Amino acid sequence: MTLRELAPYLILIFAGFLPHEAWRWVGIVLSRGLDETSEVVVWVRAVAIAILAGVVAKIVVFSPGALAGVPLWVRLSAAAAGMLAFFLARQSILVGVAAGTGCLLLAELVLGR
Amino acid sequence: MAPPKIESGSAGPLDGFFRGFKAGFASVFQLVLFGTFVSIGSLAHDLGFSAPWVVLSTLIVWAAPAQVIMITALGAGAPPLEVAIAVSLSAVRLLPMVVSLLPIIRSERTRPPGLILAAHFTAVSMWIETLRLAPTRPRSERVAFANGIGASFLATSILATILGHYLAAVLPKVLVAALLFLTPMSFMTSVTRNSRMLSDRVAFVAGLVLGPLLVFYKVGLDLLWTGLLGGTAAYLFYRLRKGMR
Repeated sequence: MTLRELAPYLILIFAGFLPHEAWRWVGIVLSRGLDETSEVVVWVRAVAIAILAGVVAKIVVFSPGALAGVPLWVRLSAAAAGMLAFFLARQSILVGVAAGTGCLLLAELVLGR
Repeated sequence: MAPPKIESGSAGPLDGFFRGFKAGFASVFQLVLFGTFVSIGSLAHDLGFSAPWVVLSTLIVWAAPAQVIMITALGAGAPPLEVAIAVSLSAVRLLPMVVSLLPIIRSERTRPPGLILAAHFTAVSMWIETLRLAPTRPRSERVAFANGIGASFLATSILATILGHYLAAVLPKVLVAALLFLTPMSFMTSVTRNSRMLSDRVAFVAGLVLGPLLVFYKVGLDLLWTGLLGGTAAYLFYRLRKGMR
């Protein structure tokens, strides 16, 4: 393998695996102690959730790849419809995901693309 | 509620592993994981990553949120250091999960490799199912049981990753778009469902608004700022509300 072929895997290990797995290892070390409701954990979880929400919103608003071919208003309406269905179905993940994705597909078929 | 009955009879680790493996396949999370990882496989394909690369990421990172952050950020040409920091911040949530799970499954005779593997398998899905089911097994069997659950979840996810990567190459564009849409939908719903605290919910809404806004105004390191600003604001809001009560 050349370095050029190897590079994505090195990036996967250094930008993906190690920074991620480290927290699991710290967890093993700390597994006697540390409370899930301690203030630091609450703050860190809020930061992590905000990052994740930011990623989700970016996928919907500035879509990558094939999703970019779907008009923005369709993406936003489908996401809203999915969340509405999710709440109506007493927070069923399956119903929410199916409804949102179904609306997106339906709109694309009706728009005739 | 009565505590779950502890089954008697000692079983070897292999037995425990297969029991866990079977329990994992009976879980509702199989379906959620399948959809999520089909989506991740197709996302990786759409952003130019190879099938072996994304399969390896499922195997060694083993956390859908981190993988989506990594794939979208690297795919958009973000510097690897920023990606590493964002991935790491998204992984901190695993720390309290590992910390709360291990004391429940470990026994005096548990050896490090089993525990390290169980910590690696720890993700939202495996954590919820193991907390629910492991206490019904004899303590000596629990680490193997937990690893069995984790292995069954990982097996499904790897197959789904491969399938998603393949489907993105052959399906019509409309269907690929729908596959990609599974990712935001499944995250929005599962995060909403798993947010128990006020700070979690405020952070989620703040992130939804801040994420695209910072990209729109071309702020550098937008993911990190989204997390730090949105998360800290949510935390302060939660503290303020708690203080008033």
